Amino acid sequence: MGYPHKSHPRETPVLSKHFGDPEARTLAGWRQRGGYRALEQALGMAPADIVNVVKESGLRGRGGAGFPTGMKWSFMKPGDGKPHYLCCNADESEPGTFKDREIMRWTPHALIEGCALGAHAIGAETAYIYIRGEFTEPLNVMEAAVREAYRDGILGKNAMGTGKRVDVHVHKGAGAYICGEETALMNSLEGRRGNPRIKPPFPAVAGLFGQPTTINNVETLAAVPHILTNGAQWYKDMCLSSPKSTGSKLFSVCGNIRKPGNYEITMGFPFKEFLYDLCGGPLPGRKFKAIIPGGSSVPIQTVEEAEATLMDYEGFVAQGTMLGSGGVIVFDDSQCMVKQIARLARFYAHESCAQCTQCREGTAWTTRILERIEHGEGTMEDLDTLLEIGENMTGKTICVLSDSCATPVFSGLKKWRHEFEAHIKQKRCPMRTAVAA
Amino acid sequence: MTAPATTAPATKMVSLTIEGRQVSVPEGTSILEAAKYAGILVPHYCYHPGLPVAGVCRMCLVEVEKAPKLAPSCATSVAEGQVVHVHSEKALEARKGVLELLLINHPLDCPICDQAGECELQDYTYMEGRPDSRLRDPKRFNPMEDFGGDVIYVTNRCILCTRCVRFMDTMAEDPVLNVSERGDRAVIGKFEGHDLTHPWAGNVIDLCPVGALLSKDSLNKVRAWEVDRTASVCPNCTQGCNMIVETRDNTVVRLRPRPNEAVNRFFMCDYGRLNYRWMNRQDRADTPLVRRGSELVAADWEVALQAAAQQLQGAKARVIASPMLSNEALGLLARLVRRTGGSGSYRVAKGERAPLPGVKDLARREELGANVRGLELFGFTRSDTPAWNLGSGDVLVVADEELSGVDSSAIGSPKAIIVIGTTLPSWASGAAVVLPIANFTEEEGTFTNVDGRVQRFMQAKTAPGYARPSFAVLADLLALLGETTGYMLASEAFAALASSEAPFNGLSWDALGLRGAVVAGGTNR
Repeated sequence: MGYPHKSHPRETPVLSKHFGDPEARTLAGWRQRGGYRALEQALGMAPADIVNVVKESGLRGRGGAGFPTGMKWSFMKPGDGKPHYLCCNADESEPGTFKDREIMRWTPHALIEGCALGAHAIGAETAYIYIRGEFTEPLNVMEAAVREAYRDGILGKNAMGTGKRVDVHVHKGAGAYICGEETALMNSLEGRRGNPRIKPPFPAVAGLFGQPTTINNVETLAAVPHILTNGAQWYKDMCLSSPKSTGSKLFSVCGNIRKPGNYEITMGFPFKEFLYDLCGGPLPGRKFKAIIPGGSSVPIQTVEEAEATLMDYEGFVAQGTMLGSGGVIVFDDSQCMVKQIARLARFYAHESCAQCTQCREGTAWTTRILERIEHGEGTMEDLDTLLEIGENMTGKTICVLSDSCATPVFSGLKKWRHEFEAHIKQKRCPMRTAVAA
Repeated sequence: MTAPATTAPATKMVSLTIEGRQVSVPEGTSILEAAKYAGILVPHYCYHPGLPVAGVCRMCLVEVEKAPKLAPSCATSVAEGQVVHVHSEKALEARKGVLELLLINHPLDCPICDQAGECELQDYTYMEGRPDSRLRDPKRFNPMEDFGGDVIYVTNRCILCTRCVRFMDTMAEDPVLNVSERGDRAVIGKFEGHDLTHPWAGNVIDLCPVGALLSKDSLNKVRAWEVDRTASVCPNCTQGCNMIVETRDNTVVRLRPRPNEAVNRFFMCDYGRLNYRWMNRQDRADTPLVRRGSELVAADWEVALQAAAQQLQGAKARVIASPMLSNEALGLLARLVRRTGGSGSYRVAKGERAPLPGVKDLARREELGANVRGLELFGFTRSDTPAWNLGSGDVLVVADEELSGVDSSAIGSPKAIIVIGTTLPSWASGAAVVLPIANFTEEEGTFTNVDGRVQRFMQAKTAPGYARPSFAVLADLLALLGETTGYMLASEAFAALASSEAPFNGLSWDALGLRGAVVAGGTNR
């Protein structure tokens, strides 16, 4: 992890190697640590060759969906006469996720290098880094780094003296969860309300300003220079389980656990060892109850499911959830699941962009019912209503925000139904008594 | 949409099956439109054929075989061989879910809502919705807001389809509306300091599928099921927007646009929409009058027509005609002018041009009268400040023209004045004969709009007293002067025009239908 604690020996620090090292933030310091060599090499390569290396490495999107990055880049048709754009999604707003923030705080040049490299690979001259509005410190660090990179000729009309143009712009969002959705992010960049767009057309056909656009997560882009430097095979070899999940992955851990923070591990690492060994296990006298492994939008795991999981895209799916953004939220036995799920639903209800009916009304209604149950005013019929609203909210809207609100409700009601029923039967939260006693 | 045929490449047709019916539609058509073409209504709210697709209400979800998810039919293009189910269980369940969600915060105040009876939320709920609500929590409440202009916003009824926002953005190009806030706190907002004062802003009221945007003018005035609706044409300028006249108890209560792709698409300006009170005037000429000494006395139609014919014997008819008269009436007036060797003129009020930027060539025109083009086709000349100086050889025939602001000395001293009109201005006390006629809502006929499009209007209410349709009065008068007329119906008068008046050659009453047809030399848009 590197910051604020020392890296655990079982971690694989690739992206997080320089976390906590203020010197790595500066251009000089970054160059000393091997920075910008990959970009220099890449600017001398044909874009298609870079795409092939990334394809070969097996790198998949780190923002949540896990789409193969090389394939995404190959959708950008070179020589179509249109300006291409690269967007870097740094709107890290998935609850429980804070890995991109650390990348930007400590190794801003890693991201700039990744952006410049990615832009060259997809035939773009302009890359936008869209940073979440609340990320004041990462924004300042990134802006300072971009200024440095321009001053040093790494970016600009004549990037690294190769005669190629690469511009990187940092854009500050206004703090909306939905602007992390790729098309909403593009609307926001264009100065419009951050509403997701109907797909098709997909961004690779008509994205930012209506032009072919690729959008990648911070962690994805930051990994690319390493792949180019060390080769696709090196990255492919970083794999402990499924060969479809390669490389290292940052996990942000928070909640009721001894050592919360960012951890970088090789794909396929056993989740049990991760939780108990790397993160130090539960707080004294407590037991884990539930784990959300990939940011608040993925199904909640019971501790048994989590302990049987291998940490890669396929491993999480095999245990009924998803790797998502790698935001691990841990609940121990002192937590009321009804309260936690109601809190998640409240977040989605607050952040819904209000376009689709199911999301606008469904997230708010779900929240109201959950909070009513939590306050001891629920009925058994409410549980069926919750499931039916959830059904209506799944797979029927423009983006997946409404699905994300229904997901914890589904898994909560499936795995901790007894807690909901206890609230209804006792007409109060049973956990509250336990804490008071 | 209507690119010139010469430059457009041959449109590729796509065949698909919708609810078991085979349809073939041009490539790029949405499933919703293809279903409409096949005669199947897919319930929808945010979609409107005159606005850009938003795809947000999620009401038009349909099941497409082999697709993983339900498809929003408004935003999904047809594909060859597609099999679409509109009424499958899965699609019906999804739409039922949307309706339930739309209704949880809806006040269900239909008994006091102006939209009741013509509300798409009511209609689709009856068609596909749940009979009950599962909401056990308090409903959200937001106060009403005056949007300025003629528009009032009843926030609680809004389903956020954003039709109004898209109209103001893309059609009026006056983006004063927005979606404010997020989640279920979202409402339609109006930018501070701006009102819905755009000359076409009233269309948001028609576009609103529910009772959220209401007209102040017709607020609480009538219930939708009480009105009779008649296809008509707006007479308030030369654009000739197609409209529906809504009447109750023989009174026009509301005018609304009627779609016509070639004229007004789906829209109508506020001036036209709100300028209907004159159609209900109570101070009407409703009895034929003839002069007996110094007085005008009531007479039978036969007596009055004879008196008028007598005056016209051997005199030149100097006709001043209103642009609110139909082609049929104007054609007969033109024959009167020709027969007597007289002349025809007209006056028309002038206003400011007010375009709707989103639709090419659609504007409230400067000339505020329906049939200026018709008048010109029939050889009438414009004369806003007449100086006739008529003499004893002339008879002034004033056809539905109030001559307001005209100095009586300008008229001179004609042999007689014949009034053929809907009203009796004060100067009409000097007339020899008054022949009361119906106004355009009380008779059938056609207008020719600025582009030369001849469009039919239907009778929406009855004429007062003994007033008769204008073409019938003029046909009878001309018959007494020896012309062959005898038209019982407006269609017969129009058929006579089509055979005798060059610009109208080749047109037929039936072929005009409700879309109209263009005269020779007109512009077919």
